[in-house]
Amino acid sequence: MDHVKLSAHNLNLFFGSKQILKNINIDFGENQITSLIGPSGCGKSTLLRCFNRMHDLSADARIEGTIQLNELDVYDKKNPVTQIRKRIGMVFQKPNPLPKSIYENLSYGLNIHQFPKDEIPGLIESALKESYLWDEVKDELKKPAVKLSGGQQQRLCIARTVVLRPEVILMDEPCSALDPISTRKIEELILSLRKDYTIVIVTHNMQQAQRISDKVAFMYLGELIEYDSTENIFKNPRQELTKNYVGGHFG
Amino acid sequence: MNASKREAIDRLLKMVFRATGLVTIGLLGGIFFMLLFNSIAFFAKGNPIDFFTGSQWNPGSDAGNYSILPLLASTGFVALGSMMIAVPLGIFTATFLSELAPDTLRTILKPVIEMLAAIPSVAIGFLGIVLVGPAIARVFGIQNGLNALNGSILLAIMALPTIITISEDAISAVPKTYKEASLALGANKWATLFQVTLPAALPGLIAAVMLGLGRALGETMTVLMATGNAAALPKGFLDSIRTITATIAIEMGEVPYQTTHYFALFAIAVVLFIITLLINLLGEFFANRLRKFHA
Repeated sequence: MDHVKLSAHNLNLFFGSKQILKNINIDFGENQITSLIGPSGCGKSTLLRCFNRMHDLSADARIEGTIQLNELDVYDKKNPVTQIRKRIGMVFQKPNPLPKSIYENLSYGLNIHQFPKDEIPGLIESALKESYLWDEVKDELKKPAVKLSGGQQQRLCIARTVVLRPEVILMDEPCSALDPISTRKIEELILSLRKDYTIVIVTHNMQQAQRISDKVAFMYLGELIEYDSTENIFKNPRQELTKNYVGGHFG
Repeated sequence: MNASKREAIDRLLKMVFRATGLVTIGLLGGIFFMLLFNSIAFFAKGNPIDFFTGSQWNPGSDAGNYSILPLLASTGFVALGSMMIAVPLGIFTATFLSELAPDTLRTILKPVIEMLAAIPSVAIGFLGIVLVGPAIARVFGIQNGLNALNGSILLAIMALPTIITISEDAISAVPKTYKEASLALGANKWATLFQVTLPAALPGLIAAVMLGLGRALGETMTVLMATGNAAALPKGFLDSIRTITATIAIEMGEVPYQTTHYFALFAIAVVLFIITLLINLLGEFFANRLRKFHA
């Protein structure tokens, strides 16, 4: 593999006394798209949320092991979580634009991270262009973001993440609430983002995982069962469980 | 049961429900027209220009001065003053309760705040006379603490439970996804609170303030007891005042039937009614404008 951008070592996660993730070891290569697949409840979204420390919000979550972004220890108390989250962006399952205008949805993060005021309009324009949204919204940037269609909202959420120039983008089933056409657009967008970002995406959709990812990680009951190139996982899995899952025998 | 009987019951129930709905409208309309007709009688008999421009409410004088301004100013002073205290206090308390307080504290605080609403206004009036009034007199070195400031403090206490309860509901109802979106962008807890959660709750917060304000404008007994009963134009919060509501409560029982004075009391009631109506409409208007930004 090329340069490792993001990695988890001996990662265990507990909610209360219940162990959700069991000794996960995984490396994500720079400028690669990695899909996390597995049946519902296997812990793939939970794993995803470890990388940008979203579990900090739940008081009963306990994490052991390390997560590294380049050489940086993500869970080291010295590293402010706000900076981590600026470098590791996240797109959620259901499009969740803030109850603000389209423009403000993008300027929000920029203002939070104190980007120079005069650069903000330009940054917003280029992020919207990168997210294939500019042509559709350029004349109505003041419109409430919720007035956009579901697919547009999700592209806005991606633009809102992209505008901060993160290094990694985590996506938690970003297309599961969208129709096939919107899904297609988002997939094209994700593929075009690969050249600049490292992307980790949770998906339930096998075809989607095959279409967009370089590598695929299959998880089952909180364990990482198999992690390999997309081709190997789908054509030539080494584990019986993986074979059954990608073959549609369960899940 | 046969079909025609069932249909008859169906019709009957429909009528019952429609009637109960109409009763409310009828009540509101009835009250409004009663106030309106009686106050029209005042404007026909009395001096409408003096009512809005004069500076004295003095029904006892020979000429009979019926200017609403001192009463309106009094009502305005206590309403505004109470909101200046109750709005920040109420919204911060609500925020604390819904976003920051540990569960144990929340389970104690919430019923305590609701109990505050159950205290009768007369009892709050006592508090004003015995405690707040003397305290104000000492702090500001004045003779008498029964003034607009006293009324503002007491009305703030009375409006607080309303403002806190409704604000807390509004803040708790903000979808978790907004907060997650903000935090995932690297905003800290406070930026998320002040720039996402509270703005998202704003329509509800406005409703809370409007209801609190309505409570303050309409409250009678407390202000009657604790604000000094002086129907003169107040110059500051340390002046004694008399609100529209207190004036009506004091004078209505004594006034001879269908005199100018009698009708004048209806006229000031109409003004109060219109003010509360406008405040409600205004609040609704702003809340609706903000709701456009919500899913």
